[in-house]
Amino acid sequence: MADRPVAIRVAALRKSFGTHEVLKGVSLTAREGDVVAIIGGSGSGKSTMLRCINFLETPSAGTIEIGGEAVAMRGDGSPSDRRQIERLRQSLGMVFQSFNLWTHKTVLENLIEVPVHVLKTPRSDAEARAHKLLARVGLAEKAGAYPAFMSGGQQQRAAIARALCMEPRAMLFDEPTSALDPELVGEVLAVIKALADEGRTMILVTHEMKFAREVASHVIYLHNGVIEEEGPPETLFGDPKSERLKQFLKTVG
Amino acid sequence: MQILGAIQASTLPLLALSPPGWGATLLLGLWNSVQIAFGAFALGLTIGIFGAYGKLYGSPVVKDLLAIYTTIVRAVPELVLILILYFAVTDAVNQVLLSFGHDRIQISGIAAGIAVLGVVQGAYSTEVLRGAILAVPAGQIEAARAMGMPAVLLARRITLPLMMSFAIPGLANLWLVATKDTALLAVVGFAELTQATRQAASTTKAFFTFFAAAGVLYLLLSIVSTLIFSRIEAWARKGQRRMGG
Repeated sequence: MADRPVAIRVAALRKSFGTHEVLKGVSLTAREGDVVAIIGGSGSGKSTMLRCINFLETPSAGTIEIGGEAVAMRGDGSPSDRRQIERLRQSLGMVFQSFNLWTHKTVLENLIEVPVHVLKTPRSDAEARAHKLLARVGLAEKAGAYPAFMSGGQQQRAAIARALCMEPRAMLFDEPTSALDPELVGEVLAVIKALADEGRTMILVTHEMKFAREVASHVIYLHNGVIEEEGPPETLFGDPKSERLKQFLKTVG
Repeated sequence: MQILGAIQASTLPLLALSPPGWGATLLLGLWNSVQIAFGAFALGLTIGIFGAYGKLYGSPVVKDLLAIYTTIVRAVPELVLILILYFAVTDAVNQVLLSFGHDRIQISGIAAGIAVLGVVQGAYSTEVLRGAILAVPAGQIEAARAMGMPAVLLARRITLPLMMSFAIPGLANLWLVATKDTALLAVVGFAELTQATRQAASTTKAFFTFFAAAGVLYLLLSIVSTLIFSRIEAWARKGQRRMGG
């Protein structure tokens, strides 16, 4: 299993906001097909860690490697090659807590925007792919709808389809169900589960412990910017070693 | 009122399109006003887009220069600016030309009007657009960045269309101000609507008739503009839910 190629490798990553150090040297390796779940309390740095992977946050130190390609960084951790960042971002499908669909575009237009205008995929190919993806996430009827007229669950499923439409190497999920009404969480988790089952590489920041246990191949527990404990979900959830993780699992139920 | 009405009613034939009527002069003045207003508005919008991006993302020097520009232009009365820019700039251009042994040039009234009012409009547009760009939800811009969209494409495809709905009410105001500011060009003798009206009125002594007619023309221009802008606004708001709807 260990010889599958590495999709994402993060090593000794540090990030400070002003004098406050949010990440104090964290590392992570996701091989092709891995589902890495990052859990932790609020302020633990889990979202920041995910956002550093595609440079939505600029790391302060450390190295990041996407598909075996090291991201060129200056001494202060900022990326030195804008083109490279753009290219690598195109290979990572990001799904946000607040969906972030473009409100002036229909669902279909959202899906084909980057494939057509950035990746230069022929429009007809992009549209065919988009329709297929929309059918997969259960939104075949919504291709012509504007995001503001859809439920949160529908918007998040459309956002997942939009990320998939770029045919990314890996998916990054940043608390994808945290902004949803409880009754809409299930439909989004089902879509993510289906992606995991088909062997997609993903890194998932989540509050849904049951879900993390179900889909993850590897779980990382972050506390105050440090990886407190990590391992396969059965061990981490079934037999936590550190007091903090025990405490955390007790509070989140 | 009745007496005034009786006196002025006899002057109505003076509004006829062909001489001795002055209608054609007034309409030509209106056309000149519309051309200048449109040119100034377009120039202002262009300055505004670059100004807004410069103020938001420019280097400290760019930000300072833009702050000086918007502060001065918005502080000094338009009339004074027009006099400064029209006479001083024309004079400066000619001084330079003369010193290089060229002849003086006559700057066209329309070009000068557009340039002067455009610089004024640009300062206000910069602020309107800066506010509108800031009102675009950050997450939607972040989503585009996360997908590897290059900055210029992102501005063109995502930020500018999204900020339009926030900018249109302010820009509609600016357009109406532009149409009326053209009247200030009368001071430099340019034959826009107000100047044409003054000429007609002082020649015929039918002051009330001509200034009322000019008022009606300005009003019509503003009504038509408002209709057009409400169309544009409806288009810019596509995909948005109506409030209270």
